[in-house]
Amino acid sequence: MPKEKDSRKTLVDAPRANGDGLRVIGVPRRRVDARAKVTGQTRFADDIFLPRMAHSKLLRSPHPHARIRKIDTSRAGAHPGVYLVLTGKDVPIQYGILPVSQDEQALCVDRVRHVGDPVAAVIAREELTAFEALDLIDVDYEILTTISSPEEALATPQPRIHEYGEEGNIHKLVALEFGNVEEGFAEADEIFEDTFFFQGSTHLAIEQHAAVAIKDPDGKLTIWSSTQTPHYLHRALAKVLEMPAAHIRVIATPNGGGFGGKSDPFNHEIVVAKAALMLDRPVKICLTREEVFYCHRGRHPVLMKFKTGVKKDGAITGMHLQTLIDGGAYGSYGVASTFYAGALQTTTYHIPRYRYQGCRTFTNKPPCGPKRGHGTPQPRFGQEVQLDKIAEKLKIDPADLRLRIVESSNAVTANFFRLGTVNLAECIRRVVKVSDWKEKFRKLPEGRGVGLACSAYLTGAGLPIYWNKMPHSGVQLKFDRSGGISIFCGATEIGQGSDDVLAGIVAEVLGIDTFDIRLFTGDTDLGPVDLGSYSSRVTLMAGNAAFEAAERGKAIIAAAVAEKLEVPKERLRFVDKRVFDSAAPEKGVTFQEAVCLAEARFGTIGTVGSYTPPKSPALYKGGGVGPSPTYSYSAAVVEVAVNRITGWVTVPKIWIAHDIGRALNPTLARGQVEGSVYMGLGEALMEEQEFRRLPKKLSHALVHKFPSILEYKSPTSLDMPEVITELIEEPDPHGPFGAKEVGQGPLLPIMPAVASAVYDAVGVRIDEIPVTPEKIMKALAEKKAGRDPRFGPSHFPHVNWPEPLRVPPPWEGGDGNAVNDVPRRQKSRQEKEQVLAP
Amino acid sequence: MTTLPTESQKSAQIRFTLNGEETDVSFAPYKTLLEVLREDLGHTGTKHGCELGECGACAVLLNGKPVLSCLVLALDCGGTEVLTVEGLGEGGNLHPLQDAFADLGAAQCGYCTPAILVTAKALLDLNPHPSRDQIREAISGNLCRCTGYLQIFEAVEAAMLKIADQRKSVTQIPG
Repeated sequence: MPKEKDSRKTLVDAPRANGDGLRVIGVPRRRVDARAKVTGQTRFADDIFLPRMAHSKLLRSPHPHARIRKIDTSRAGAHPGVYLVLTGKDVPIQYGILPVSQDEQALCVDRVRHVGDPVAAVIAREELTAFEALDLIDVDYEILTTISSPEEALATPQPRIHEYGEEGNIHKLVALEFGNVEEGFAEADEIFEDTFFFQGSTHLAIEQHAAVAIKDPDGKLTIWSSTQTPHYLHRALAKVLEMPAAHIRVIATPNGGGFGGKSDPFNHEIVVAKAALMLDRPVKICLTREEVFYCHRGRHPVLMKFKTGVKKDGAITGMHLQTLIDGGAYGSYGVASTFYAGALQTTTYHIPRYRYQGCRTFTNKPPCGPKRGHGTPQPRFGQEVQLDKIAEKLKIDPADLRLRIVESSNAVTANFFRLGTVNLAECIRRVVKVSDWKEKFRKLPEGRGVGLACSAYLTGAGLPIYWNKMPHSGVQLKFDRSGGISIFCGATEIGQGSDDVLAGIVAEVLGIDTFDIRLFTGDTDLGPVDLGSYSSRVTLMAGNAAFEAAERGKAIIAAAVAEKLEVPKERLRFVDKRVFDSAAPEKGVTFQEAVCLAEARFGTIGTVGSYTPPKSPALYKGGGVGPSPTYSYSAAVVEVAVNRITGWVTVPKIWIAHDIGRALNPTLARGQVEGSVYMGLGEALMEEQEFRRLPKKLSHALVHKFPSILEYKSPTSLDMPEVITELIEEPDPHGPFGAKEVGQGPLLPIMPAVASAVYDAVGVRIDEIPVTPEKIMKALAEKKAGRDPRFGPSHFPHVNWPEPLRVPPPWEGGDGNAVNDVPRRQKSRQEKEQVLAP
Repeated sequence: MTTLPTESQKSAQIRFTLNGEETDVSFAPYKTLLEVLREDLGHTGTKHGCELGECGACAVLLNGKPVLSCLVLALDCGGTEVLTVEGLGEGGNLHPLQDAFADLGAAQCGYCTPAILVTAKALLDLNPHPSRDQIREAISGNLCRCTGYLQIFEAVEAAMLKIADQRKSVTQIPG
């Protein structure tokens, strides 16, 4: 059989050293959980079946905003096959992912705040029985005014959707100023003011949320759940169930996709836990696809106004960004999202003076939360499209303009984020080269065009969700006399390859095969805490912890082998499952023998490693959102073809360069880039979390237009273009083997590149996401009529912004603190401890 | 006279061939093939993403053709041949598609993978040398949110080559 020549393909039985002498890291290989996945043996939450298992279904509100006057569950409770019916009074304690917005209840007690808000739960012998019994629950609702948009929320302070927040239905207001922006505008040669809108979208993971809870044989609670954040779920369960966390075990089953949609503690998880304890039998729940749409926690819709001053050569003199954010019915990660929407603008291009004002409102829709990119794709869209307009006005090529203003490695931004390696310039140069940008931009025939955009993303949030000084990730290693290693870590496999990252790092350090390694991840009983799979933190944080643990184990083993072989331990090498003298390679032992020697010499071998991010220089209130050990960078060129008659957009090809630091497993890295590009394309062209009001005569309902996986459009195999991926690898000292993130960054440039490409193709600006045929047709009509050839928002409503926190940037002698702490009210000590910027 | 609720009565039964083996199963008559495979036969390899026939995650082969098992009544499957991901392997080895998917990054979260595997197998059984466009078309009813499909296409193409090689070495005249 002919050997495959493509270097991207796996060489499973022939590991080879790469240029750096690494044998596992950087080698394309089969991921450690691949075999389980291709044989259908990976156990997802809904694959768990236990004896005597009962099934749960939730009754959800049909009203967008209502008071619950009365719930009568007697008919449901009497239905044959029903074991238990729960309502809000059974689990009333409030919880939420952020300490500052513990505004959810597992089952609503007094009020429902969106269509889909759960009010009761039925637990029955069969799933169908539970469904049927939902219809037997009588709820008496008193309808309240529905608030369907942030504009409406601003105009309707009463009734309040929540009794907390800034005021009325404004959840959060942020106002930060780094340097005097008006001075920046005064220095500018040109000022650009642009308003953009980015529609909400959802994660649409193919696996629906599911959880199984039991009272285990010991009498303690165990819950398996498709969660990305077992540790945060663990804390929420302890709080709501009023149980010691030590008596609760959370096992995050491998997620069938997460993308941020499985990062909140959920109503259904708490319900099955409570029911399992009450019934002393296993209780399972799996959400229907429609319910997943109502769970949501997806991309916040954001209205943005950018005012940017530039010099003739493209240098930015100042930027002022305002955002109006549609939060949906609950807080979720929303306070963090509001800060994120203002955070990363300064990490790509040098911005000497920056003002950010953000406003998140509550609305009676499913709550928004973190979706891949978390709060940063929306302003990145606005920033990149505005740069495209700036480049055109200044008559500079968009790539050249960016190259003039990119930030530098290790810079500290105006908002005090310390950057690591910054290879954005190289990304731009590479993508310009491989796409033939110069031959295509503004040169393709009418109807075809190219657009270029860039982005940056965090490699792990620099601060934890709740204030504490403990590590963000911990790894324990067990060294077995068999020569095998067991890795224990709270990190959660959501498809991104976290298990493979851990195994690859440990295998590289110890010179063994990833197949010799067993992983026990995502289990709060078995492994040390890892905060969860969000903000692209796992490769860097769990990876660094694993590296530390492996190096410590290596040192112990080396000491024993050195003694035995009478060789200085510095000369020992761990390669190809042997430990040997580098000066005389035949003098050595197998790795297995080495472990036995070490155990005989030192006793049982077990090591730990942990990782805490470095302290950030952003000391001002709100500076906790945005810092990261280091940032990834991406540059993309998208080619489109636009049909002028139908407005239909096809995308034949995308080129993307991603500054990854080091690709630990190139096969996986490429998959993350292509998956991010795919998801960005979906948002750019078709994904919309859209709502409509039913006529008041029929009901007050504010319903999701298409809560189905068919009508909510996502790209199929027919829609996916050819993608050329270029990984730029300059190892970053902050990451294990130099690795930075790759799971979110490559998504961000796609949406603005598509919009800019459409402009290149047919000369209309769609200043909105998604870029749809209808919008293109409307803009083309405007163009034909001699008006502004644009579709997009023109108005940013008035918001009573508070006095901004003024933080002088580093180059003005700032130290990261605000010079004016605005006292709004006396904070209690508890609030001070809890109000850590998430 | 029984107190067993109707939903719990396993009053329907079929005999069919599951992954090459004759199999009897009893189940509540309203159940779909997907539910019976997962809940009554313990074959949880086949997944659900919507249970409405919209995502493709439940695809199995019914008499050699890909069907959405969430839309097939189990009662209609008596006497048929059903192939699921559990039955793809041959003689204790992985099917070339499974090897290729595992090696080339075609499975990330792995949730859509079983359905795409059986669908790809049906394609290759029918057309041993599909073009890239034919592969796209064949799996256009299977949604994936992780991979962006490109590594899946490459895996199907790699498997196609391996299967062709295997066939050649079988038919080669020795000596």
